[in-house]
Amino acid sequence: MPRIGIFVCQCGNNIAATVDTKKVAEEMARLPGVVFACDYKFMCSSPGQDMLKQAIKDNRLDKVIVSACSPHMHEKTFRKASEAAGLNPYQCEITNIREQCSWVHHDKTKAAGTAKSIDLTRMTIERLKKNKPLKKINIPIKKKALVIGGGIAGIQAALDIAEGGREVILVEREPSIGGNMARLSETFPTMDCSQCILTPKMVEVELNEKITLYTYSEIEKVDGYIGNFIVQIRRKAKYVDEERCTGCGECIEKCPFKVESQFEMKLAKRKVIYTPFPQSVPNVPVIDAPNCPKIQKDKCGACAVVCGPKCIDFKMEDRIITEDVGAIIVATGYELMPNERFGEYGYGRIKDVISGMQFERLASSSGPTGGEIRRPSDGKTPASVVFIQCAGSRDEKKGVSYCSKVCCMYTAKHTMLYHHKVHEGQSYVFYMDIRAGGKRYEEFVRRAIEHDNAMYLRGRVSRVYEKDGKVIVQGADTLSGNQVEIEADMVVLATAIVSRTGADTVAQKLGIGYDKYKFYNEYHPKLKPVETVTAGIFLSGACMGPMDIPDSVAQGSAAAAKALSLFSSDEMMREPITAVVNKPTCNACWDCVTACPYSAIERDTVKNRDGVVVRWLAKVNDGVCQGCGVCVAACRSKAIDLKGYTDEQVYAAINAF
Amino acid sequence: MKIPYYPGCTLNTVAKGFETSAKEAALSIGFELAEMPAWNCCGATFPLTPDNLIALSAPAKVLSSARKTGESLTTLCSVCYNVLKRTNSVMKNDREKRAVINGFIETDYDGSLNVTHFLEILRDNIGFDKVKAAVKQPLTGLKAAAYYGCMLLRPFEDMGIDDAEDPVVMENLLAALGAEAIKSPNRIECCGAHLAMTNEDIVVKLSGTIMTSAVRNGAELIVTTCPLCQYNLEKSQSRVASDTPGYAGIPIVYFTQMLGLALGQDVDTLGFDKNIWDARPLLRKKGIIK
Repeated sequence: MPRIGIFVCQCGNNIAATVDTKKVAEEMARLPGVVFACDYKFMCSSPGQDMLKQAIKDNRLDKVIVSACSPHMHEKTFRKASEAAGLNPYQCEITNIREQCSWVHHDKTKAAGTAKSIDLTRMTIERLKKNKPLKKINIPIKKKALVIGGGIAGIQAALDIAEGGREVILVEREPSIGGNMARLSETFPTMDCSQCILTPKMVEVELNEKITLYTYSEIEKVDGYIGNFIVQIRRKAKYVDEERCTGCGECIEKCPFKVESQFEMKLAKRKVIYTPFPQSVPNVPVIDAPNCPKIQKDKCGACAVVCGPKCIDFKMEDRIITEDVGAIIVATGYELMPNERFGEYGYGRIKDVISGMQFERLASSSGPTGGEIRRPSDGKTPASVVFIQCAGSRDEKKGVSYCSKVCCMYTAKHTMLYHHKVHEGQSYVFYMDIRAGGKRYEEFVRRAIEHDNAMYLRGRVSRVYEKDGKVIVQGADTLSGNQVEIEADMVVLATAIVSRTGADTVAQKLGIGYDKYKFYNEYHPKLKPVETVTAGIFLSGACMGPMDIPDSVAQGSAAAAKALSLFSSDEMMREPITAVVNKPTCNACWDCVTACPYSAIERDTVKNRDGVVVRWLAKVNDGVCQGCGVCVAACRSKAIDLKGYTDEQVYAAINAF
Repeated sequence: MKIPYYPGCTLNTVAKGFETSAKEAALSIGFELAEMPAWNCCGATFPLTPDNLIALSAPAKVLSSARKTGESLTTLCSVCYNVLKRTNSVMKNDREKRAVINGFIETDYDGSLNVTHFLEILRDNIGFDKVKAAVKQPLTGLKAAAYYGCMLLRPFEDMGIDDAEDPVVMENLLAALGAEAIKSPNRIECCGAHLAMTNEDIVVKLSGTIMTSAVRNGAELIVTTCPLCQYNLEKSQSRVASDTPGYAGIPIVYFTQMLGLALGQDVDTLGFDKNIWDARPLLRKKGIIK
């Protein structure tokens, strides 16, 4: 016979107002197996916990129940106290008589609340009788992190982890790290030059011995679980030997072929052998293979001829490397919605209709115009510029339903940059609402309006068309109630921020969730903002949704802190609430494998002495299993059980009701 | 090849030239517009309130009876096209409304008909390159502005014939016929539609903007797909001319009239005489007709 102790909490008046806790305790004391029962004002207080420990010792209790608040609140507290008194912590159970009982009853006679508390506690007793002692799971931790994406969020995360003394692998798809921030001219609200604050960090990454940088590389496959990930990385062929290249740039100089530069947002051309921008890290060019006549047709090869250290190899092939890491930080960033989708704005048809990112390049001192604002069609300085906000954002029909968050701010910045560079110029902004929530953000927008002469018009644009070298913008000014027509020289669209192309395939490789816009899901939007449902994988930056630089940096640091705290011990203790397969009854239908949202179930084999496979079996990987129970429900032969929540326990509780 | 065809009321009355030119043009490219039997008016408007199902019963009846003899139905009039296509999508996608409408008109239509516009037949089934090859009298030197109006293109998720904000289908057809297609910025604006009956001033204002903008952009002729647009534009012509200095009017024709002309039909069968503003002097000046 078990020796069960029951502790009924009054929670001040929270429970006691509608539940007669003394009566509950008295009733429980009569039940078989219960050797001790009492009630107390605050079980979670120090004296309450001491009482629990003392009672366990005095009465030689081997199982305890605390009837109190939700297990989310204090299960840990009481299991710890029980453990301190010598019990297996999983022999302590909580009955929720607060959220699920006293708070929902208003009967001052306490009849209903008391009766229900008695029932609930009785059910827990039967459940607890079937509890088996469980042992926490120990998982060894590989103290090395992988950061996917070398934008500002990924750079920050990699630097912080390296500062913390741990090794980091930083994987970037493009030939250089820097991400979208490297394209920006100035940053709001301080107007410091984006590259000036970014490039020192990029160089730090390159110089830091703890960081291994793989540019022009992509994640191929991810296996394993928290503390023990095995990652395959595809290192795309650069056709340039990184070890020997001195970054002299002679090859770029001599390459006779030009294509549109993605970095310059198609406002300029680049060579076929190239670095995206002068401050690229690493400063090693790559050959754009599909456009290289040497690689495609064996013609040219000028770059190899001029290369001093002879580091160009046209026969180079992609390589797959494997790395073992303990934590993964995903910082894959964002891109912009294709503006061509909006016929009314004429993007792609009218040369002088450009995107906000293109304006950044025009305003950037390292951009195609050297920082002078000149329009793409004829290179003239525009005397007036119309900025159209929410081009795709907050437009469920044709674009995306969400607000892209940064456009109000960068449009205000654009009007300032334009005014600073073209003093006589007039800027107009069509907006829906000005969203300037952030430190010194509202003041920044006011400055654009009051000091830099930006004319803000609240309303939408219906049509943009060309007439006699001008771009005519027709729209509504809803504050004055008039239709307006502006003859502009250039139009800038504040294009919606969208997730990276292929964000979904990356998520599937990692086993993390994403929303309908393919932005990655955090574990909890408020309390676990950088964690994912997959333990050991963290998020940072705009891969989760539109985000500005300060937030991306903060999240990079937050994700790094999470990884570092994981690396603080050699082993990780995990709750033993995991699924377990009953081998004799598993018939290897693999329904559980498809059902498992964490890819925690493997296909295992049983071999005979000769090494011949005689049976297939499902096997749960304790390191990955989160104890959600989906496989338990999916299993046709009832061969899977969840430790701590076995079918036997649940039935026992139901039968007691 | 016979293509089931729904004329609609207007094409049998005031826009007769629209229909005859289309039928002849079809024959000379090698297919026949076969008028569906026993049709009724489409209702001429799609209800703006979601629960006004009675307005859907007339078009649903047309669709249901067309489905009994074929898999597709093509129309010429923008309004008919709009009403039929949108009703079809209700019948296809909204189970509850479908049940009510079917119960009322005593059919069991499921929305499986493919409703197309004659332009789509030319573009997708025939191909503009084949149309081009069949041209006998190219419209060389004619500066024609396509005017789409609202009904052909919007709402874009239902209609889907072309980009609702930057359509090209008519421009491409005009180019295939040898004309110079002028893109006027106001080519997808509303003409005023049924306000012709209640507030003509608005119609004159809107139609005036459309026509003067076309002229400003160098057009000599406006091409449309909609009898209502054609009517409103033509009807406003004289008032716009008296209000706008330097504006002398512009002929408004149906795209099928230009198609028929280019395919070598006799100009007298194309219904130019039914138009208020005669296009023939211009065509004569351009040497397209004698």
